[in-house]
Amino acid sequence: MSGGMNLTLRIWRQDGPSDRGHLKTYEVSDISPDMSFLEMLDVLNEQLNAKGEEPIAFDSDCREGICGMCGLMISGDAHGPEKTTTCQLHMRSFKNGETITIEPWRADAFPVIKDLVVNRSAFDRIIQAGGFISVNTGSAPEANAAPVPKPKADRAFQAAECIGCGACVAACPNAAGMLFMGAKITHLGELPQGQPERWMRVVKMVAQHDAEGFGGCTNTGACTVACPKGIPQDVISTLNKDLRYAMTHHGG
Amino acid sequence: MTELIHGMYAEGAPVVDTKAPAGPIDKKWTKRKFEASLVNPANRRKLSVIIVGTGLAGGAAAATLGEAGYHVKSFCYQDSPRRAHSIAAQGGINAAKNYKEDGDSTYRLFYDTVKGGDYRARETNVYRLAEVSANIIDQCVAQGVPFAREYGGLLDNRSFGGVQVSRTFYARGQTGQQLLIGAYQALERQVSAGTVEQFVRHEMLELIIEDGRARGIVARDLVTGEIETHLADAVVLASGGYGNVFFLSTNAMGSNVTASWRAHRKGAYFGNPCYTQIHPTCIPVSGDHQSKLTLMSESLRNDGRIWVPKRREDCDKDPRQIPEADRDYYLERIYPAFGNLVPRDIASRQAKNVCDEGRGVGPMVGDFRRGVYLDFSEAIERLGKAAVEAKYGNLFDMYARITGENPYEVPMRIYPAVHYTMGGLWVDYDLQSSIPGLFVTGEANFSDHGANRLGASALMQGLADGYFVLPNTIRDYLAKGPFPKIDAHAPSVMAARASVEERTARLLAVNGQRSVDSFHKELGHIMWEYCGMERTETGLLKAIDLIRGLRAEFWRNVKVLGSADTLNQSLEKAGRVADFLELGELMCIDALHRAESCGGHFRAESQTEDGEALRHDDQFLYVAAWEFGAGTPDPNQPGDSMGAPVLHKEDLVYEAIELKQRSYK
Ligand SMILES: Cc1cc2nc3c(=O)[nH]c(=O)nc-3n(C[C@H](O)[C@H](O)[C@H](O)COP(=O)(O)OP(=O)(O)OC[C@H]3O[C@@H](n4cnc5c(N)ncnc54)[C@H](O)[C@@H]3O)c2cc1C
Ligand code: SF4
Ligand code: FES
Repeated sequence: MSGGMNLTLRIWRQDGPSDRGHLKTYEVSDISPDMSFLEMLDVLNEQLNAKGEEPIAFDSDCREGICGMCGLMISGDAHGPEKTTTCQLHMRSFKNGETITIEPWRADAFPVIKDLVVNRSAFDRIIQAGGFISVNTGSAPEANAAPVPKPKADRAFQAAECIGCGACVAACPNAAGMLFMGAKITHLGELPQGQPERWMRVVKMVAQHDAEGFGGCTNTGACTVACPKGIPQDVISTLNKDLRYAMTHHGG
Repeated sequence: MTELIHGMYAEGAPVVDTKAPAGPIDKKWTKRKFEASLVNPANRRKLSVIIVGTGLAGGAAAATLGEAGYHVKSFCYQDSPRRAHSIAAQGGINAAKNYKEDGDSTYRLFYDTVKGGDYRARETNVYRLAEVSANIIDQCVAQGVPFAREYGGLLDNRSFGGVQVSRTFYARGQTGQQLLIGAYQALERQVSAGTVEQFVRHEMLELIIEDGRARGIVARDLVTGEIETHLADAVVLASGGYGNVFFLSTNAMGSNVTASWRAHRKGAYFGNPCYTQIHPTCIPVSGDHQSKLTLMSESLRNDGRIWVPKRREDCDKDPRQIPEADRDYYLERIYPAFGNLVPRDIASRQAKNVCDEGRGVGPMVGDFRRGVYLDFSEAIERLGKAAVEAKYGNLFDMYARITGENPYEVPMRIYPAVHYTMGGLWVDYDLQSSIPGLFVTGEANFSDHGANRLGASALMQGLADGYFVLPNTIRDYLAKGPFPKIDAHAPSVMAARASVEERTARLLAVNGQRSVDSFHKELGHIMWEYCGMERTETGLLKAIDLIRGLRAEFWRNVKVLGSADTLNQSLEKAGRVADFLELGELMCIDALHRAESCGGHFRAESQTEDGEALRHDDQFLYVAAWEFGAGTPDPNQPGDSMGAPVLHKEDLVYEAIELKQRSYK
């Protein structure tokens, strides 16, 4: 395909955690519509390198939409205009001559490390607080010993699709981590294996979430709009229901 | 040293003992577990293990050793263990559960894996893999891995990768993700229990050896740039495969050989480096900007028909305008019995052949078109669009998103891509490398897949190694510890640190004209042309020359900006590419010395009359375990020096399985 695009990019540059950071303007030309968004940034970085300007730092690894490593605010949308991850966004979603603003995720719980790279370790700590089923290697029963009704298995699966990218937090006006956390609560809570720790799990995870500085949920739904994996908002209702039940019946 | 063979390498003593216990094949693992020394639970806390990698192999091992009570330090270069490359696996994981009562068994899984590997894998290890496979599924289900289920609530299976039984467990197209999240959650549980210390955004850059044993690593904190020393009683590498030596592959951007290569330089043998798997159904390259390739499940070959135009002139036509008579369904033509379902290596090689003839389709990349059609029009006519959509809808969507073309209307274009490396660090039956105390698991080792890997068996190997094999074998080693405490200023530690610091400084100091990526692309091009799907003696000799030249230029002319004491992604890449530039040479030497065709390694000089791979069991029935040959530093040629490697042969002995030549005609 021919017809390269010319674009103006306003990109967040920040030397390190303590630098204030600023938007800097770059021009790129002859961008193929078949390029992915990150390949377009690769092209820009090659140009910067040739000119002696340090390339822009941004995260990515699988570039297939599954590892959750990438994530940019693109003209105000987490992961950009399409419902997918930043790495799966292609330049054909943009118009020749367009100006695109590129920023990192913004949330107190996700401090910027450099340029477009943020620290999402808070998500790991939420999982450490209780996002697991306690079963030591070797002590598992026969896999088919506990059948799982298909509707429950399907709902668990849908919630388990979360890739931990953090777009829900970035999109949320309160920077809440509820969609991410609700997805894990729902995934494990739908399965028979997840029952023994169900009430303890929700209490501990929520406490960690709050301690990390994520905001509270006011049901704006911005998270589900941004989520590249289509995690539905009802996982947050499940979380809240489980939390209420745990607080009333198990004394927190 | 004796004189060099091909002027390239020397031959050393064979590897005679792989440490597998004696006795019948189905009793060996039980015997080994029984004979391996035990470590008293009270002593475990005093024993520490470093595990590099948090994919299935490393994540599972770290969780399991943590549960057992050892002190574990876990490392990954991503920002979370959950992002390891295992996450990207799609199709499924094999296990000999025989839930379908279709005649599957441990022996059959073992047999299929050895045959699939074209009789170049070690029997004892493969048998054990098949033996523990069923436990993996139990473990994962207990952790909450949401495998596909039937309406009755029981687990579903499908057949995968051309085998005749249904033994593949799957979680839609996201099996790797779900398995890895299971291992990750088990790992995080141990982090909160205090048995595992987690180091994210850390890259291992050197191995520390003291008194002949692997005792630690030097790692760089990728955020602060700080060079850190980590010491332990044993070190495990679970750092994945090295397919990115080809620049373009289906691997994640950061997948690298550095951890393995640094260990190789310190004495760990590298097993069968040239064995690479090239997957036939990937989305083709769209232009020079391409940064990675995307795999599409090979299940597409069940209903799609592969073709190219008979005539070159038709290659840029709309495929729908090309009449049947002018199409060449080349797989159906050459392999009437298997047609489009021939094994991965054959499908890949034939696609390359027709493109090399100038009959490829799609955009020109370089000087020719690299793509063939995968056409569903007949399937859509036969089954209806709805049925095709139900079966392949998500793959069609992915294709449409990446290419901007609608595969229901226009035939898909596919092309082979590098996908997996069967080669890796050599290990014995205990998964211990040739350096005592250094263990290697998962894709990073060479052990289970011979010259070709079957679909759905890498996930199986990663989890088998991590949950069940390594935890049992490493205890035999750890029982000899704790080893003497090492001073942080011991000469071995200081030397390892100094070499990392010096190398980092050197990469930043070159300040030449070319970017790291441009070197990586050029290396990838050389590897793909001469050490890819078809290899020849002349081609490989040429490649070795080219790589040496490129490596020398790299150290003279690379341009890495920024500094060493912050996040610096160019610097990270530069270190990885520097190691790939050395590995590439070894891969070519290995491919050159193995003058036979087997599995994914096709030497044009060794084929049957029909153009099929021809093995030479009389000469090559062995594992090539390469020892690094230290060179003499050349002051005019900065960069690390490489000497001639030394080949150690481990003869392959088949007792439980009879050797046969593959045939798919
Ligand atoms: C697209 C795709 C689809 C696949 N589908 C299937 C399938 O359906 N079935 C199947 O069986 N197999 C499949 N495979 C193969 C399989 O996914 C891999 O072989 C397997 O997951 C490798 O696991 P691993 O644990 O050995 O390594 P990886 O998952 O690659 O993990 C490597 C780890 O090492 C770390 N690391 C690497 N280098 C360093 C360093 N220097 N310092 C610190 N840390 C480091 C990384 O951070 C990471 O945590 C697929 C592969 C691809 C690419
Ligand atoms: S819920 Fe969606 S947006 Fe949030 S982390 Fe998971 S995948 Fe990303
Ligand atoms: S890079 Fe893995 S999801 Fe985008």
